[in-house]
Amino acid sequence: MTDSASLLAQRVADAYAQQTPLHLRGAGTKDFLGAPRQGAVLSLAEHAGVLDYDPTELVISARCGTPLTALESTLAQARQMLPFEPPRFTCAGAPGGTLGGALAAGLSGPRRPYGGAVRDHVLGLRMINGQGHILSFGGQVMKNVAGYDISRLQVGAMGTLGVILDAAIKVLPQPPACETRVRALDAAQAIQTLNAWAARPLPITAAAHWRGLLHIRLAGAPAAIAAAGADIGGDIDPQGQAFWAALRDQTHPFFAGDPVWRLSVPDTTPPLDLPGDQFIDWGGAQRWYCGDADAAAVLAAARAAGGHAHCWRGDPVAAFGPAARLDQPQPLRAIAQRLKQAFDPADICNRGVWFDASP
Amino acid sequence: MTAPTTVFTETLPDYDYDQPALLAALAELLPQHALLLDTAQKRPYDCDGLSAYRALPVAVLLPETIEQVQRIMATCHAFGAPVVARGAGTGLSGGALPFERGILLSLAKFNRMLALDPTARTARAQCGVSNLRISQAAAPYGLYYAPDPSSQIACTLGGNVAENAGGVHCLKYGLTVHNVLEVRLVTVDGELLTLGGATLDSPGYDLLALIHGSEGMLGVIVEVTVKLLPKPQIAKALLAAFDDVSKAGEAVGAIIAAGIIPAGLEMMDTHAIRAAEDFVQAGYPLDAAAILICELDGVAADVAEQTDRVTAILNDHDAAEVRISADEAQRLAFWSGRKNAFPAVGRISPDYYCMDGTIPRKALPEVLMRINALSRKYGLRCANVFHAGDGNLHPLILYDANAGELAAAERFGADILRLCVDMGGAITGEHGVGMEKINEMCVQFNAAELRQLHAVKAAFDPRGLLNPGKAVPTLHRCAEFGAMHVHHGQLPHPDLPRF
Repeated sequence: MTDSASLLAQRVADAYAQQTPLHLRGAGTKDFLGAPRQGAVLSLAEHAGVLDYDPTELVISARCGTPLTALESTLAQARQMLPFEPPRFTCAGAPGGTLGGALAAGLSGPRRPYGGAVRDHVLGLRMINGQGHILSFGGQVMKNVAGYDISRLQVGAMGTLGVILDAAIKVLPQPPACETRVRALDAAQAIQTLNAWAARPLPITAAAHWRGLLHIRLAGAPAAIAAAGADIGGDIDPQGQAFWAALRDQTHPFFAGDPVWRLSVPDTTPPLDLPGDQFIDWGGAQRWYCGDADAAAVLAAARAAGGHAHCWRGDPVAAFGPAARLDQPQPLRAIAQRLKQAFDPADICNRGVWFDASP
Repeated sequence: MTAPTTVFTETLPDYDYDQPALLAALAELLPQHALLLDTAQKRPYDCDGLSAYRALPVAVLLPETIEQVQRIMATCHAFGAPVVARGAGTGLSGGALPFERGILLSLAKFNRMLALDPTARTARAQCGVSNLRISQAAAPYGLYYAPDPSSQIACTLGGNVAENAGGVHCLKYGLTVHNVLEVRLVTVDGELLTLGGATLDSPGYDLLALIHGSEGMLGVIVEVTVKLLPKPQIAKALLAAFDDVSKAGEAVGAIIAAGIIPAGLEMMDTHAIRAAEDFVQAGYPLDAAAILICELDGVAADVAEQTDRVTAILNDHDAAEVRISADEAQRLAFWSGRKNAFPAVGRISPDYYCMDGTIPRKALPEVLMRINALSRKYGLRCANVFHAGDGNLHPLILYDANAGELAAAERFGADILRLCVDMGGAITGEHGVGMEKINEMCVQFNAAELRQLHAVKAAFDPRGLLNPGKAVPTLHRCAEFGAMHVHHGQLPHPDLPRF
């Protein structure tokens, strides 16, 4: 595995000089997110490999093209893990999503409400800005307030502020044991129950509900799991691990629907009043919706709950344009556009993925 | 303490505006008692917790409503007048140091809790509410707010966000940025923005993360919504004494390697132990070269299992003594010396200078050895208090300003920060850059990186009116300081990735 940072920086600098867009791409597992990409592909998959890993520091540093599966198997050898359980989107014969893609898309898995998001675990990174300059921000230490937090700003920016080259990520020990329990509850009861449990010190690390069943993952020492299991009730699900992996990677049958909307709402929000199928994840804070409601109705339902929505997969992306992707109020859009200018003045990095950056 | 004569040596704009006209306009916006103009009235605001740096602003304003803050900002913006925002003034890096040609905006009157929702486990408060008040308000519901900086009795939520404050429990529970859901921010031109929300994420760029640790450079924080956590079932503290600092350092690594994340993991060296013991009689072993305080919390079964394992690890690393807190009173006694370490050191020296570097944990023994060497070089004592779990050092340099030792203490401190960067760490873990570490920023970042940081600032504050001269040095200043680029390619540990 080689370091191609300077070659990549040259490609960006050339694109900046010619004002031509670049499509930043790792494994391409998240091409479906955002608007269709423009310009030549800047392939980042080859810039791969773990740079530094000392389990006692609880930090792993790796290049952006490193597949998540490789990163996580390195961590597993020391009984550690990525705390945010990122979707790998693996498909047959391919290694699946990369570290850079996980950071750029800012996607966290079922553990998110209990273990934190991708951005919570980014300690530092090296990047190429839209002018082709290689820059480093943050570090490999847990606490660092020198300069603005540019590292976390890159997370979820969909590559529109530049190319993430390498990153240092905080990792955690794997819990000694895990167990999944299933309880029959309707959606409204499940949401209430989850909120009540969240106010108590229970070792829950994932909670989801679909079609009358509440799935709970417990983690810790076996004695702690047994005590919590007796407390929350339900039955042990021997297939629990497969359930959470399918939810994480969206291979669960629910995600075969079309279109699929994602709603991010306060976790106390009652079941959404929308026709069709709903999958509740993140202890109630993330709702997946598949049904006939039009875009305006879905966005309105999310706003009414104090949240936001965007079309995850399916036709509304084409039908409703950027509004169905980035539901953001105006004053923040103006700042976002100025930040985009500050990093990528010629708008070459993933142009138009979110919005038209031209003033 | 004596004040350095030239705090601001930046090449800053002239800020040549019509001061009398601005003051007249502000007098229209605010009641008389909210506009302080006399030197005697302004004097209490001339510094923050870094009292070696002092300056008097043109005026001190004490608004009471968000609308007043918006109008003040719009008016100052129209005049081109600089504004420095201030909470409780407990900051240790001069971030709230007034700007002589500018306005000091005190948010002390924003001291109301606005909402507490035990079901959603959130609390919303004005920026001037103290950190500890949140946990006190949440306590009846079995909930608390996790970040607990040592100054938590006084420091405010707005300041906590601006500095991304930590505390002794952040290894397990995170920093302020990990525990805040929403911030309401008044921009330099008086617009009110809401960053984040009651949801776990928001569309677009993560401006909520960006505002954490931004040191009042990007906007004025007026309201904060935080996440509350359920109080752990049980918490136990272990206190271990070592006759050698390196052994204590190795024990820290071994605890982490065993897959245990303590709620807190703190180290104190012999100077700090003696000062603390003398001050609060925590029962610390006075003959130890270092002590570790390790707190384990969670569900009872996990804590019992981890207590056994940590005790074994401490004994394996030649701990001279391991004590386990028998009850809540003893747990708090173990912590009392650590929590009072700064004032305790204040009693044994006329002045002290608190540093805030971070390092990879494994570098600890070498860094402590080199700090001791620097201590001999400068002829100044240094007490070390260390958030060992997350690699955050607080060397306390003891000096006497009246004996002319301030300059030597500052050079000693600068050497420690450079050492932290050389070891792959950072110049500040939680106290911020402010005015104090502005030169060391030239060691941490190169010219292109500083340009990018300035461009981010300009996206929020194109005319540079918010907290001028702080947090990010001009390239001109770094050229004068002579540090820029010197470290690149000449590092003592070139094998370390530098990001």
